[in-house]
Amino acid sequence: MQFEYKIMGGDFANAGHASSEIKKILKQINVDPKIIKKVVVALYEAEVNVCAHAYAGKVQIEITPEKIEVVVSDKGPGIPDIELAMQEGFSTASPAVREMGFGAGMGLPNIKKNTDFLDIQSTVGKGTSVKFVNYLA
Amino acid sequence: MTHKEISKILNARIISGAGGEEIDYQHAFASDLMSDVLTIDSENLILITGLSNLQAVRTAEMSDISCIIIVRGKKASEEMVQLSIENRITLIECDYTMFKTCGLLYQAGLKPLY
Repeated sequence: MQFEYKIMGGDFANAGHASSEIKKILKQINVDPKIIKKVVVALYEAEVNVCAHAYAGKVQIEITPEKIEVVVSDKGPGIPDIELAMQEGFSTASPAVREMGFGAGMGLPNIKKNTDFLDIQSTVGKGTSVKFVNYLA
Repeated sequence: MTHKEISKILNARIISGAGGEEIDYQHAFASDLMSDVLTIDSENLILITGLSNLQAVRTAEMSDISCIIIVRGKKASEEMVQLSIENRITLIECDYTMFKTCGLLYQAGLKPLY
C-alpha cells in the first residue's frame, strides 16, 4: 500500500493530518499499537518540521507486510549541519513555532528514537528529505 | 481517577468527553512543550497544559493520550473540540494555574510518570 500527502509550510492548522490518516490505516490493518505510536509520533515530528521550516513538502508512505517506510521531503532552506541538528536542544525554530509548543530541538532526535532506520539528506537552499523505516516483524 | 472526579476536584468543565467516562487515570504529565510530551512512552495518562491550540490535541492523538486539562482559564477553540471528539479525547477547561492543578491532583492520588 502506498499513500501520499501534501504539507504546506506554516500551515500549522493541518500539521498532523498525514499522521492522523496513517494512524487510522495502521489501526485498520491491525498493526501492533506500540509500532503505530512510534510511526505516528515520528511522522508528526517530521510534519511539524516541514510546517516550521520549509515552504512546502510531501509525505510518502509505503506499507508492506515487513515494514513501514516513510519519506518526508520538502522544498526549503535545508539543514547546513545535520549532525548539529540531531543534537537534543539545538533548534533554529522561530518564536511563532515555539508558541505552538515546538521548536525545542527535540524533533529529529525523537524521530531517531522512534524508528529502526533514519536517513536525512539535505541541500542548503533546496530542501531536506527525511526517510525512516519501522519494521513490523 | 475518572474525568468526572477530576472535574470536581478542579472545579473544572468537561468540554468533550463522550466515551471516556470509564477510564481510570493513574498518571499525569504537565507541560506546555509538546516536544516533551511526544517523547513520553506511557499510555492512558492525563496531559495538563496551558497550550490551548490544535497542536495540543494532535499531540495527544499521536501519543495515545485520552484526556487533556487546559489550565490558566484558557478556552478550547471549536476546532480543538471537534478534533478531540473525533479522537475520543476528553477536554477539560480549568481556571486554576498549572501549579495548583498539579498540586490538587497529586494530593488526590494521581502519580507522576517519573
